[in-house]
Amino acid sequence: MASGLTYTAVDSTKLATAEYYGKAMVELGAEHPEIVALTADLGKSTKIGMFGEQYPDRFFNVGIAEQGMMSMAAGFAKAGCIPFCSTFSVFAALRGADQVHADICYQNIPVKIIATHGGTSFGQAGSTHHAIVDFAVERSFPNMTLICPADGMETVNAVRAAYENPGPFYIRINRGFDRVVYKSSDYGFELGKALEMRPGTDITVIACGSCVFQAMAASDFLKNTDGLSVRVLNMHTIKPLDVEAVQKAIADTRRIITVEDHNVIGGLGSAVAEVIADTGKGCAFKRLGWQDSFSTIGLHEDLMTLAEIDSNGIVANVRAVMQKDFELDDDWKDEV
Amino acid sequence: MALTKQEWAALETKANEMRGLCLDTTHWAGSGHIGGGMSCLDILTILYYRHMNLSDDPNWPDRDRLILSKGHAGIAWAPILCDKGWNDPEQLKTFNLTGSMMGMHLDSNKVAGVDASTGSLGHGLSIAVGTALAARVLGKDYWTYCILGDGECDEGEVWEGAMSAANFGVTNLITFVDRNMCMIDGPTEEVMKLEPLADKWAAFGFHVIEVDGQNIDELDDAIEFAKKGNGTGKPVAVIAKTKKGAGIKAIEGDYLWHYGAMDENAYNAGKESLAEYYQARLARAQKEGK
Repeated sequence: MASGLTYTAVDSTKLATAEYYGKAMVELGAEHPEIVALTADLGKSTKIGMFGEQYPDRFFNVGIAEQGMMSMAAGFAKAGCIPFCSTFSVFAALRGADQVHADICYQNIPVKIIATHGGTSFGQAGSTHHAIVDFAVERSFPNMTLICPADGMETVNAVRAAYENPGPFYIRINRGFDRVVYKSSDYGFELGKALEMRPGTDITVIACGSCVFQAMAASDFLKNTDGLSVRVLNMHTIKPLDVEAVQKAIADTRRIITVEDHNVIGGLGSAVAEVIADTGKGCAFKRLGWQDSFSTIGLHEDLMTLAEIDSNGIVANVRAVMQKDFELDDDWKDEV
Repeated sequence: MALTKQEWAALETKANEMRGLCLDTTHWAGSGHIGGGMSCLDILTILYYRHMNLSDDPNWPDRDRLILSKGHAGIAWAPILCDKGWNDPEQLKTFNLTGSMMGMHLDSNKVAGVDASTGSLGHGLSIAVGTALAARVLGKDYWTYCILGDGECDEGEVWEGAMSAANFGVTNLITFVDRNMCMIDGPTEEVMKLEPLADKWAAFGFHVIEVDGQNIDELDDAIEFAKKGNGTGKPVAVIAKTKKGAGIKAIEGDYLWHYGAMDENAYNAGKESLAEYYQARLARAQKEGK
């Protein structure tokens, strides 16, 4: 990966996920004078303000105006700057959607959107501030790359990847602290490549964001209690999806569960379902997430329990899917 | 008054040529946004043929930029982008046709010289503010020009852009409002009142200049004033009072000609009308030019 600090476990105990993003931005800003940062009155909440404190001449707070922010970023990018925009996910994906669609994705220009307070992580704020449709929106925009990092370390890698790769990026991170998945940022992150967090042959759990930690915990638990071999994939890049990793999971385990803090329509689960359908193979399958319902008010961890995307929910659903039949077909060579 | 008789007349001749190509393109395409194209064509002409710092390379990093926020006026812009030598003028003959590089809303990835793809109304001023601020960040001294439709000013994002321009002191930007008083469903003051429009722009922190948008000399004065550093410290908004379909008598000022098709007769009558219009405008240049 890029030069700069390698983050350590010490950081992970004291930094919220967004602070990793802020720190990574400050580092990138030192090396690359063409980077500018924009926010819509959420400089402090999103931590992009850390860039602003360091480089006030390259920081633009547009006030509560997400549409204008996205269009302005397009102007910056077209003129040769690399703008990073940050606001809450629900506003980045919905209030600024027309601008991201027309000004950024259509022109295929390097605007990097860091969408914070993703999923239901701003629990107590309720559904107006929960982003459970953003994957569906961003994934359907041509030219958009969509990443949902598992934790702070992965956020650092995602931010660097966004700078190093062309075109528009949407990186969705949570509010506050995430459970630690990676103790260092140096673990072989590669854009568009799923990471196998746990090996397994009985079933594959494909997760993103804060659900990765939960899936790993569920895998460990099921190994001990049920003797199940549960593969866990960290699908940090939702678009372009690691199709090969999904095909391999179908072939190897014939059972798949997806886990995301998002509506089950249009997000990671849908992306994986498309791959399964394309293979034409029988595969027991379940999408965990918000079941086409709005979320509710509460602590994020409680909301994850409610949506069955915490470790207990994953355990219960793995057990259920292990009972499901799938069409047997031993001839895999021609199709996977 | 800044233009000499000669300069003014030369610009009239160029504007006439571009009006002719705008009408031709509408005819070739079968239909087009000729009303709002013609109304802003004089603004485009004075920018591209007098004020903008450009080169043979349409991607020259130091060039002045134009953001056509009313993207549907692409039919008036495309002839200029061809005339500059950046695009093959033969493409005008396939405008809007399947497979063409050019169509209603010009694509910055397909048409050289288009500084931003536009079409979804209300975005352009914010794009222009970002473009202008990028000059500040990158240490460049290019100018950014933005042309808004008047009906487009109903969009909330226009005013987000306006607040940003004033807030960040974006004085390397000139914003034009093509005030042709019409939108698709009717006169602007009947569909959604815009007046007092100049007061609105002033209240948002702009220095406002109102001109006859079909008077090249008045447009020139406003641009000169804005570019000289006018001492106000404010970004300049030029409200250009124009006529929809300017130069073609049969459609002039008629909101129904936001978009339309022209048969052979209407096209020929339009050509005649443009010729008369040109003579009248030349006469004004001779009479009022320096």
